[in-house]
Amino acid sequence: MDNAFAQPDTDRAPPQADVRADTRSGMVSDARSEQEQSASAVWRDALLALAIFAVDPPGIGGVLVRARAGPVRQRWIDQLKARLGDFGPIRKIPLNVSDDRLIGGLDLAATLQTGKPVASKGLLAEADGKVMQIAMAERMEAGTAARIASVMDHGEVRVEREGFGQTLPSRFGLIACDEGAEDEEQPPGALSERLAIQIDLSTVPPHDTEGQEAKRARAVQLARQRLPHVSASDEILNALTSTAQALGVQSMRAPLLALKVAKAHAALSGVDEVRQDDAQVAARMVLTPRATQLPPPPEQEEPDEQEQPEQDNSEDQQQEPEAQDQQAEDQQAEDQQPEEQQPEEQPEDDGSGSDDEDEEDAPSAEELAETVLAAAQSALQPGQLERLRDQMGRRDQGAAGRAGALAKSRTRGRQVGIFRGEPGGSNRLDVMATLRAAAPWQPLRGRTLPGKGGSGGKLVVQPEDFRIKRLKHKTETATIFCVDASGSSALHRLAETKGAIELLLADCYVRRDKVALVAFRGKEAEILLPPTRSLTRAKRSLASLPGGGGTPLAAGLNEAWVLADHANRRGETPVVILMTDGRANIDHTGGTDRTQAKADAQAAARRLRATGITALLIDTSPRPRQTARELAGAMGGHYLPLPHADASALSQAVKTAEKSL
Amino acid sequence: MAVAYPFSAIAGQEEMKLALTIAAVDPSVGGVLIFGDRGTGKSTAVRGLASLLPQMRAVEGCRYGCAPDGDTELCEAGCPKMQAEGGEVPTHEIDVPVVDLPLGASEDRVVGALDLERALSHGEKHFEPGLLARAHRGFLYIDEVNLLEDHLVDVLLDVAASGENVVEREGLSVRHPARFVLVGSGNPEEGELRPQLLDRFGLSLEVETPTDLDTRIEVVRRRDAFDRDKDGFKQTWQDEDDKLRRTILDAKERLPETQVPHAALRRASEICIQLGTDGLRGELTLMRAGRAAAAINGDPEVTDGHLRQVATMALRHRLRRDPLDEAGSTTRVERVLAELFDGDAESSGEAA
Repeated sequence: MDNAFAQPDTDRAPPQADVRADTRSGMVSDARSEQEQSASAVWRDALLALAIFAVDPPGIGGVLVRARAGPVRQRWIDQLKARLGDFGPIRKIPLNVSDDRLIGGLDLAATLQTGKPVASKGLLAEADGKVMQIAMAERMEAGTAARIASVMDHGEVRVEREGFGQTLPSRFGLIACDEGAEDEEQPPGALSERLAIQIDLSTVPPHDTEGQEAKRARAVQLARQRLPHVSASDEILNALTSTAQALGVQSMRAPLLALKVAKAHAALSGVDEVRQDDAQVAARMVLTPRATQLPPPPEQEEPDEQEQPEQDNSEDQQQEPEAQDQQAEDQQAEDQQPEEQQPEEQPEDDGSGSDDEDEEDAPSAEELAETVLAAAQSALQPGQLERLRDQMGRRDQGAAGRAGALAKSRTRGRQVGIFRGEPGGSNRLDVMATLRAAAPWQPLRGRTLPGKGGSGGKLVVQPEDFRIKRLKHKTETATIFCVDASGSSALHRLAETKGAIELLLADCYVRRDKVALVAFRGKEAEILLPPTRSLTRAKRSLASLPGGGGTPLAAGLNEAWVLADHANRRGETPVVILMTDGRANIDHTGGTDRTQAKADAQAAARRLRATGITALLIDTSPRPRQTARELAGAMGGHYLPLPHADASALSQAVKTAEKSL
Repeated sequence: MAVAYPFSAIAGQEEMKLALTIAAVDPSVGGVLIFGDRGTGKSTAVRGLASLLPQMRAVEGCRYGCAPDGDTELCEAGCPKMQAEGGEVPTHEIDVPVVDLPLGASEDRVVGALDLERALSHGEKHFEPGLLARAHRGFLYIDEVNLLEDHLVDVLLDVAASGENVVEREGLSVRHPARFVLVGSGNPEEGELRPQLLDRFGLSLEVETPTDLDTRIEVVRRRDAFDRDKDGFKQTWQDEDDKLRRTILDAKERLPETQVPHAALRRASEICIQLGTDGLRGELTLMRAGRAAAAINGDPEVTDGHLRQVATMALRHRLRRDPLDEAGSTTRVERVLAELFDGDAESSGEAA
């Protein structure tokens, strides 16, 4: 599975972080030296990003650092620490932080000591004016991210918890370290949306980082004082906004964040007015990583004019074919996308659009917009294009690329009740409930008003007051349908499965489950619906289901296993529902050897069993067959002959199977 | 409280602004749901609305900011309204509350609970109203409404349906009025809304980022100006905000006199039948929203134009899910509207 952030192979184009530093039209044979150059260019850029961020952490929001823990990341963070000044030291947000700690709650010790409810500040309030760091941001829950995001938007944290209602200032910068190994694992969108700068250190070898330092702390300090006086002209706003649009960046936050970065960069350079190079840096750091499309190509009528003044641009055009050589698949994307874009607005139109408004010096505004776009475009990495196309493909189907990853873990341990008991061990004391239980009895327990003797104004809590939280941490179930789409009954089977999936999803609000669909036919298996709980998304994916062909049972089971394994790692409970008549006739290589096909299917089924995945085999053949029963045995799953399965019977069967978990 | 971005300075997003204005004019339309991508100005609009709303009269000394009308059913003992016994009630002007329900709020803060401080220091039971009480006669805003914990959703559904909040806990037994306009916003990518909750919202919107470059530049320019000088920027837009506030006040006044002719009711039913919406809530909302739209425009009665203006937002979330129709619900509503209205326009044109 390729992704944009994989370690670079030697036969792949290196990241082009700063193409202007390298004006040759790169040849494939130069790949190695270019890679070294660009790795150090990436590091230089990262150091620049660090200095920019340090100038205005709350304004810029933060930096999304794509890197595993290691010397490179550590060096980057160390250098940042040295430049934060008053914004330091860096506080860490633990991944599984509870609302008590994040937002704040009741301070039990202080409350018991004083006999009055005392609030404890949450991390978000404590970090006011500081910088915070999240490790493994890709595993953060959407709910936690939404809480942090809302505070970032308002600069204050609203606490409505455990008897307290207060609003505390909370303005901070965030360093989110994304260690995701696969494209599927992405930091929550609510968070990455608000972090202006995204850098990728995963391709930087440690030796490239030696001896290079970001701007000195003193320079950052001076820039901070200068920042309030930095302003940006309408041309700059125009250039950043049109670049964002040309790259298909939808959110309006992106150009605004780019503006903040441009201002910080200008302040670092010691000027009061944002200039072209500030905007270029901002476009590269903020807009390029968010790109979802290639910019529309220059108009074809005047190709010469385009190429001569725009060296970056023309060179970029030449680099793309280079990438094509190495990745044949890219070719299609890059050839097609510009064509698809053509009906949309051309850069020339953008320029003249602002003409109509109030720009007198239109040519310079237009030029500026083009140069900024060129800078952003040249920073697009070859791998990113591939991922981009991937996401566009998914977007075409109506679902946004990251939806699956975003919706992955929302279940929090939810309090479902309180009971009397002893705290300790796995019992968590419910402070509020305990105090509430104790509060009404205080006069009887000899506590008088403060200063009048008795227990000295302190709260008397007795063991019978202890209340324990009963938490129900329901793990999500990921139901993976693996459907035999071969042969004549395929259409009917698929239609019923589709109905069952929709019934299950309609129910998922209560059950918090996800559903996925793998279909196998012909020579291979295909994930028709990645795990989702969105009915809308499912409906779109299920719109057209193909049927007919051979029965590559092994391939189907393998694909289902991969999904189930992923679900397991996400902490979900996978359930595989296999719907087939059990007659495998395509082996794992795509050959038509029936014996081999059967053996492969058995092996794949045993792998499911070995991983401990709950499975159910629904035999759809008109007459129940021994082969299917054997397969169910190999899977260690239930066997259910259901020759005329309809959607509701099917969803009922699945629910019954899941209850037996 | 931080200075909010002025409501009228929001570039584009006309449908969203109209829906919120309608809800301000006639709270009985029953809430607004704003679903859309990130960075479309959803929360900005709601927060801007808060500083725009005209003040309202309330009973002085009432903990819940009740209206000075004759309804004393839910009043607590000792409420000035009860003591007045139908006579003159002391009143004062108060701001319309726009209460934020933050994620992570605990249930005791939402529904209200025993006042801990008083329980601890005086050993007495005293009810401390929660966010629901504070939102009475105003707006309750939930950002990321699809991430709200289930048990809070249950509470909200119950209160929104009955208009009163019943608290039975820790030996307390309290009933108080809690009628508010529920405003929810969220991103559909993070999960869908429970159908019951979806049904609670009168109007639903799908907002997108503006695609027109000039509008986008305008958004960035205004936001930059706001970030640099919040108070100055607010001053600049004060006139526009004031104008809108007057419009809302005027519309509120006109609302009772705004007529819904039989033809408009008929038309509303036709639209709903054609779309196959469940229940009568669709027609009711469509009628109310149409009336508010007419009042905002200063028109004496509801016409097809008003219905058309609000039909999409009133109905798009009430369509039955149709697995075979891949078109979004917005498209489906608009298709039916085009069929009904344009078809008639043609035939009436022929008749003329």
